[in-house]
Amino acid sequence: MEALIEINELNLYYGEVRALRNVTLGIPERSITAFIGPSGCGKSTLLRTLNRMNDMIPGTRIDGSIKIAGTDIYSNQVDVETLRKRVGMVFQQPNPFPKSIYDNVAYGPRLHGIRDRKKLDEIVEASLRSAVLWNEVQHHLKRSAFGLSGGQQQRLCIARALAVEPDILLMDEATSALDPISTLKIEELTQELKDRYTIVMVTHNMQQAARVSQRTAFFLNGELIECAETQKLFANPSNPRTEDYISGRFG
Amino acid sequence: MNQWTTADDHKRVLMRRRIDFMLRLLFLLCTSIGIVALAVLIVSIVVDGFRYIRPELFLNYPSRRAAQAGMKSAIVGSIYMLLMMAPISFVFGVGAAIYLEEYAKKNRATRFIQLNISTLAGVPSIVYGILGLTIFVRFFALERSLISGTLTMTLLVLPVIIVSAQEAIKAVPKIRRDASFALGADKWQTVSRAVLPSAMPGILTGVILAMSRAIGETAPLVMIGALTYISFLPSSLKDSFSVMPIQIFNWISRPQEEFHSLAAAGIMVLLALLLLMNFSAILLRNKFQKHI
Ligand SMILES: Nc1ncnc2c1ncn2[C@@H]1O[C@H](COP(=O)(O)OP(=O)(O)O)[C@@H](O)[C@H]1O
Ligand SMILES: [Mg+2]
Repeated sequence: MEALIEINELNLYYGEVRALRNVTLGIPERSITAFIGPSGCGKSTLLRTLNRMNDMIPGTRIDGSIKIAGTDIYSNQVDVETLRKRVGMVFQQPNPFPKSIYDNVAYGPRLHGIRDRKKLDEIVEASLRSAVLWNEVQHHLKRSAFGLSGGQQQRLCIARALAVEPDILLMDEATSALDPISTLKIEELTQELKDRYTIVMVTHNMQQAARVSQRTAFFLNGELIECAETQKLFANPSNPRTEDYISGRFG
Repeated sequence: MNQWTTADDHKRVLMRRRIDFMLRLLFLLCTSIGIVALAVLIVSIVVDGFRYIRPELFLNYPSRRAAQAGMKSAIVGSIYMLLMMAPISFVFGVGAAIYLEEYAKKNRATRFIQLNISTLAGVPSIVYGILGLTIFVRFFALERSLISGTLTMTLLVLPVIIVSAQEAIKAVPKIRRDASFALGADKWQTVSRAVLPSAMPGILTGVILAMSRAIGETAPLVMIGALTYISFLPSSLKDSFSVMPIQIFNWISRPQEEFHSLAAAGIMVLLALLLLMNFSAILLRNKFQKHI
């Protein structure tokens, strides 16, 4: 397996709390990898190390390494701004800006210096199409993003993330605040995106992991217990603790 | 009354309802005292001053004779001061708030500064007058001028603006900042494009309310030496000046009845200006909130 993201012996501390323990994990490109495990096991923490969002939490410390396409993302040669342009993120709560739909999607490209109106128009349309939102909003791009439903807002956030042309998309329980139909739409969307992007998603919903991902990693108390092809992990886990978890014995 | 509710329960509920009703009356009374006081004040001022609401009030300079006296120089002085104070205090106040909320490390030095700012917001305004007299009038030799008055009032409103701008910035949800950072924004991009637009309604409200406080403020300007008998409009920053509350204060302290009515008319103008400012605060807030 050729891994785009290689996590090696990663430990993360929030002050005294050790939230990740010796995590070693490879994530292949252009596919979906799901992180599952009980609440508090470190899924979000690991996800946030991939775009260095943990850097902003005072008192965090890491050791070990993370390489993306062979580059250590914590080395001095990498600026976080560039890293985050390549590694997009979608959050649990839809978090559009209090701006128009257009300005939400154009936010990222503008940050990175694109001013040309025609170019921005193109990016906005392409991103909204990729996020399967274009048909619903194409006639009112100037309206506030806050007028959209929760599911639409989340797809807008996906479009906003795609607009800076990332290679990797991180999704932290991106559907857990949504109703079943919106959830389904986003799951379908991830299936379309996975041929173009490397998607890493945290989910507390095992059925969702089974439905959408190619690989699944199971975590417990900051440790990676098992990572395997999704089908194999659910049908035939090699670790008894994985089996306990997926059969609903705890968590 | 059936089996599972007793007469005792019933009595207790009735008692509670009575207390509830009485408290409600009490709270209503508290509200009415404020409103009635305000109404009485406004009515007595209008009755007193209405006949002096006439063109001369706005067009004439102060005069020894009430029939000819106006407050042109005071109105213009207040407006000049407002127009200079607003941008200066906005820039410095919001700048300080951004620094404290977004950039400063949350350590003891910051907490100390914070405590001082909150305290300054409560310092009596006369103290600012003394400060202004020492710094601007004397030390920088700006004399008893419009610019001295403006800078003194800017100092007076700054702590209030800083604190309210900080509150507005603090109220911007963290996930909105995260969204910006996650797209590769740096700190200033996030502050200027994601945080400030969200915080702007709150910031502007704070600024305008601080301005309306300053417009009615008298003590520090008495200290600085704003004059009451100004028969020209300030044409440079170093000209002497007057403002509305000082003019009103002067009229009230004269023995003649006519000047008291004139003062009432002046108060009406001042109140109208305050209302206008508060109204524009609401308009601005609504305009910025359209997308929120
Ligand atoms: N900002 C933080 N500061 C301190 N501890 C944290 C912080 N965020 C998470 N943790 C701790 O790290 C552990 C993992 O949290 P998290 O990654 O959010 O778990 P998950 O996403 O799997 O529910 C938990 O014990 C949590 O309490
Ligand atoms: Mg989580």
